[in-house]
Amino acid sequence: MGGKLFRNVSFLSATLSFFILLGIFVILFHYAQDAMHTFGWDFLRIDQWEPGEDDEGGMFGGVIPIVGTLLTTLIAMVIAVPLSMGIAIFLTEIAHKNLVKPVGVAIELLAAIPSIIYGMWGLFYFAPIIQHTFGGNGVGLLTAGIVLAIMIIPFMAAITRDAMNTTPPVLKESAYAMGATTFDVVKDVVMPYAKGGIIGSIILALGRALGETMAVAFLIGSVLKFPSKITDPTTSIPVLLANNFSEAQDLELSSMYLLALLLFVVSFIIISLAKFYFLGRSAK
Amino acid sequence: MSTQPLSQFETTKETTEETTKQKDVMRVESLTYTYPGAPKPSLHAIDLPIRRNKITALIGPSGCGKSTLLRAMNRIHDLYPGNHYEGRILLATPEGREMEDILEIKKENDLIRLRQRVGMIFQKPTPFPMTIFENVAYGLKLSGMKNKSDIEERVVTALQGSAIWKETKDRLHESAMGLSGGQQQRLCIARAVALKPEVLLFDEPTSALDPISTGAIEELIAELKKEVSIAIVTHNMQQASRLSDYTAFMYIGDLIEYNKTSKIFLNPDQKLTEDYITGRFG
Ligand SMILES: Nc1ncnc2c1ncn2[C@@H]1O[C@H](COP(=O)(O)OP(=O)(O)OP(=O)(O)O)[C@@H](O)[C@H]1O
Ligand SMILES: [Mg+2]
Repeated sequence: MGGKLFRNVSFLSATLSFFILLGIFVILFHYAQDAMHTFGWDFLRIDQWEPGEDDEGGMFGGVIPIVGTLLTTLIAMVIAVPLSMGIAIFLTEIAHKNLVKPVGVAIELLAAIPSIIYGMWGLFYFAPIIQHTFGGNGVGLLTAGIVLAIMIIPFMAAITRDAMNTTPPVLKESAYAMGATTFDVVKDVVMPYAKGGIIGSIILALGRALGETMAVAFLIGSVLKFPSKITDPTTSIPVLLANNFSEAQDLELSSMYLLALLLFVVSFIIISLAKFYFLGRSAK
Repeated sequence: MSTQPLSQFETTKETTEETTKQKDVMRVESLTYTYPGAPKPSLHAIDLPIRRNKITALIGPSGCGKSTLLRAMNRIHDLYPGNHYEGRILLATPEGREMEDILEIKKENDLIRLRQRVGMIFQKPTPFPMTIFENVAYGLKLSGMKNKSDIEERVVTALQGSAIWKETKDRLHESAMGLSGGQQQRLCIARAVALKPEVLLFDEPTSALDPISTGAIEELIAELKKEVSIAIVTHNMQQASRLSDYTAFMYIGDLIEYNKTSKIFLNPDQKLTEDYITGRFG
């Protein structure tokens, strides 16, 4: 009896989440129609975001925010992946056990800080440092990318550490018993064993970096311009959407829906890949 | 320094003058061992010889310290810092004329070389997440072997010597995870044998296997003693009596009795040993 009820409720919530997902997609797709018909594939080439006279028509294209999103994410990943791996390896294989607990908790807490706090901290404390060291005017690709990296490192390190911790101790011991060093054990046993979890954590972090709005809005400069060097300000998809949404109408609004749709599809593909990896692992 | 000969492992030569070799390949002398943070030692003043080219069985009830003793003999305990050894564990040098105390080893590199000379096989098979070939070649590569054809030759010899060649020769480059439990365990033995160790330590190597795989492993171990000296922990009395030349009986961290296997099983000196062997406790 209770089992049946429980089954129905879980079935309902499972289908509901599917329909919410589908609903979001349909709505984005629907409102993006106008822009799709007007610009077609050129939307991916146009580097303007100019409403027309009297709010009629205008030229809207996604290339700058798309490039900005990809570049900040790339910078963030290039910094975050090796550092997160290093932290996870340190915590699982090297650190003294009295250190593992407190550092682990600190990392989990860092992962839970709201992104706006990273944004403010980045703007007031970090941007001047970047300006001082690399030139530019503080806000820009590099600042946004680095702060984004700092945001996703704890998250990635925590998942990677958990994946590495699933390596059976006796497997590591047998590698040591063959004369392996800690470095050999990490490289040849722990990393291959935790591979699925590591790749999963990278993909989830990637999804998070792509969609991050608040922190990047503070730090990227929010100007519609191709960056010519790494310290230049530019914009990203979520930032452009957040900044322009309140006043946009008609074609501009539709173009924003189209941008959102692009971000949605990319993130969806990435998260699905991550899920695929996690599921593939637990099925084994 | 007594650790010096360890670093000359590369120059190992087979001596034909058996008589000049020590009779014992290893000798544990009044070893007391305490785990990190443990209030009391888990081994008390253990004395135990490991005879050259013989099989020494370690028996005793659960928790008596068999694994602890075995794991001291290649210092795998040292992966977890904070433990404490007292006494000596002597290992014959490759030439076999002298003995050195492995508890004196401090350098990481010398510990690594020790573990290649004193191999270990665990209760559960532990294939690495790589191919069958790579599993066996792994230790060779770690020990600095570079020449591909040398490695290949050693891998094949080791697989043949570990009675697993027939089952694996057509799938050397498939993942080792696809083998059965018994095959995996023989692969792990091959992996250890490939390093040409002087001593092999087996910790209940068959307790996770079915009778047929167990039989295959027992045959293999009996065969291996021509090449290496062996210490094996087992809960299986038949296995100990079938397989071993010497038997040590342990009880709550003490070594109660050590003797020829026939003597231990037919006419032990200690009442405790007899009670354990006849199954009155344990
Ligand atoms: N990591 C550890 N820290 C502290 N004490 C330990 C640790 N491992 C084992 N011990 C203790 O050391 C004693 C000997 O354990 P050991 O594992 O050597 O027993 P064993 O003879 O191998 O038993 P079994 O037959 O069940 O494998 C036990 O009392 C155990 O509680
Ligand atoms: Mg044990």
